[in-house]
Amino acid sequence: MLEIKNLHASIDEKEILRGINLKVKPGEIHAIMGPNGSGKSTLASVLTGNEKFKVLEGEVFFNGKDLLELPPEDRAREGVFLSFQYPIEIPGVSMVNFMRTALNEHRKYRGEEPLSASAFLKLLREKKKLVEIDSKLTNRSVNEGFSGGEKKKNEIFQMAMLEPKLAILDETDSGLDIDALRIVANGVNKLKRADNAVIMITHYQRLLDYIVPDFVHVLYQGRIVKSAGKELALELEEKGYDWIKKELEE
Amino acid sequence: MSITKRVEEIEKQYIELYDQNIVQLADKSTLEVNSHRDKSFKNFQKLGIPSDRDEDYKYTNIQPFLRGTFEFNFVHQNIEAQLDDVFKCEVSELESYSVFIINGWYSEKNQIAGNLPDGVYFGSLAEAFKKHPKLIDKYYGRASKIERDGFTALNGMFAQDGVFIYIPKNVVLDRPLQIVNILTGDSDNVVFQRNLVVMEENSQAKILVCDHTLTPSKFVVNSVTEVFAAESVVLDHYTLQNQHNLTTQVAGVFVEQKSSSTVMTNNLTLHAGISRNNIYYKLDGEHCESYLYGLYVTDKNQHVDNFSFIDHAKPNCTSTELFKGVLDDRATGAFTGRVLVRKDSQNTNAYQSNNNILLNDLARISTRPQLEIYADDVKCSHGATVGQLDDEAMFYLRSRGISEEESRVLLMYAFAYEVIDKITVEPLKEQIRDLVEKRFRGEFDKCDFCVVCAEADSKMLNCF
Repeated sequence: MLEIKNLHASIDEKEILRGINLKVKPGEIHAIMGPNGSGKSTLASVLTGNEKFKVLEGEVFFNGKDLLELPPEDRAREGVFLSFQYPIEIPGVSMVNFMRTALNEHRKYRGEEPLSASAFLKLLREKKKLVEIDSKLTNRSVNEGFSGGEKKKNEIFQMAMLEPKLAILDETDSGLDIDALRIVANGVNKLKRADNAVIMITHYQRLLDYIVPDFVHVLYQGRIVKSAGKELALELEEKGYDWIKKELEE
Repeated sequence: MSITKRVEEIEKQYIELYDQNIVQLADKSTLEVNSHRDKSFKNFQKLGIPSDRDEDYKYTNIQPFLRGTFEFNFVHQNIEAQLDDVFKCEVSELESYSVFIINGWYSEKNQIAGNLPDGVYFGSLAEAFKKHPKLIDKYYGRASKIERDGFTALNGMFAQDGVFIYIPKNVVLDRPLQIVNILTGDSDNVVFQRNLVVMEENSQAKILVCDHTLTPSKFVVNSVTEVFAAESVVLDHYTLQNQHNLTTQVAGVFVEQKSSSTVMTNNLTLHAGISRNNIYYKLDGEHCESYLYGLYVTDKNQHVDNFSFIDHAKPNCTSTELFKGVLDDRATGAFTGRVLVRKDSQNTNAYQSNNNILLNDLARISTRPQLEIYADDVKCSHGATVGQLDDEAMFYLRSRGISEEESRVLLMYAFAYEVIDKITVEPLKEQIRDLVEKRFRGEFDKCDFCVVCAEADSKMLNCF
């Protein structure tokens, strides 16, 4: 589904990603962990097309398409979704209008008719229930005045609406209390199918108790330096990253 | 009979015009109105036409746009015959009371649908000179600033007609009053219009002014509206400007508020050539609330200058000012927010903000707060921003599959919405919302009318 080959990327002339290689197949859940500044969020931004970052080298294929050639909106329409670490507040744009516009652009891309207002509202209600989002939140402007937890839940709600093939969760767990974390994780698990995949970027093991990964990768200084099964996360939680750094130096 | 005159030395030729036509100009007016005419003339001789050398007009030099060969009409011309379409708009009784003003003259074809409450006058100013001379003499010219502003003085000299609104004590109007200003004709025209709004104690009204052009001629419009709000009055005054690029308009609104009154003005400029709004408020009573809102969306070579002056003449009043602009191409704009808090006006609250988005490197905005505070117990704030569309927000929208163009529209609209949201007349709000959205999509047409019609057909007029 996703194949990243030797990806190098920079921001403000500073190289952050220095040769990432990663393959994700349908049905898989990958966790990417690593110390601060290792390039985790940069990877998420580059995959989704944030123009602040410059790709220097490498290729990314998504279901056979050259992802790096596509503008952000087309990557989304192809089925890539990013749950932002810091969702943006957009006063004046209502959640309903935002989601309806987004959903209909996806449909148009697939050559489908736009959803009628009533069908859209029905879907909205279903998905709200699925991810346990407060019904009042969708009556407001996008993320405006939302608490940290509400913003993260709102990201998962949007994911539920758009049904991506590949969801990239960028520190979706950071700053969440345990109840909110459970709700967010439940949402992700309910949306999981055999034909979609998840990349979770996180600092902590805790999220992985709820969303169990098939693979855990350690990102350090812009490269994936270690990949293993879910047991790696536990080891990292216990020992920190120093042992990996040491391994590398040896 | 119309006069065609080549205007090169502006002041000299306007003075000639006045001298040559004074009999005609004074013919239908009351003695008091004519004495105002005379005073205006004397002031104009001193002030002349403001240029960018005048502090108040620093960012807007209108002089070049006044030169050319123009037609002046000092007698009511019957040109409505060509405008049958105008009157096809059957403004629903449920929606509003509407009148049409053609090149500054109250149309003789106006028939107001529905019954206005007893004692309310909503009609021609020239007619009111005859019918209500006492009211006219009490108020006419008392709020406008002929000693400060050359354009206002010029209006005082030449204006003969427009709209007079009188709302008696305790009357609450059930529907908005709609004034549709139409500019038309095959030749280039100079238009003077004068409106007077008198609201007695505890009355309430909403006024909507729509400015439109129907023919591709050059127009120079000089309008003055005086508003007198007595104790406990509530008034909303909306102006929606949609004129073609060859229009130069200086529109003055002069509001005088008595105690506990609430007045809101909202200047929405969707399309214009050169537009200057002079918005003056005098808070001449305690516990007044004043709201000054404005939105300007400009592109090409358009220029919009909102100049506001709030005089806190009494204590315990609050003024709130919010102007927002989106400028594209080579459009330029200016905002001045002048607030004067007099020595004894303690406990004044004055809030001001002006926010702008420039979509292009060539677009320019000049914004200046001017606070002059002589009282010591006041709360005043001001803020101005000039920026671009937020890249982070753009990426957020696009990352959800929304195209770049659609994301821009959403963000511009979101930016403008704060001003639109202040509109309290629901059908109008919807109409404006649609027009603004169309404007941002580039689908806006200068023939889109703000008039709230029964059939909601915004294109009911034949437009060039």
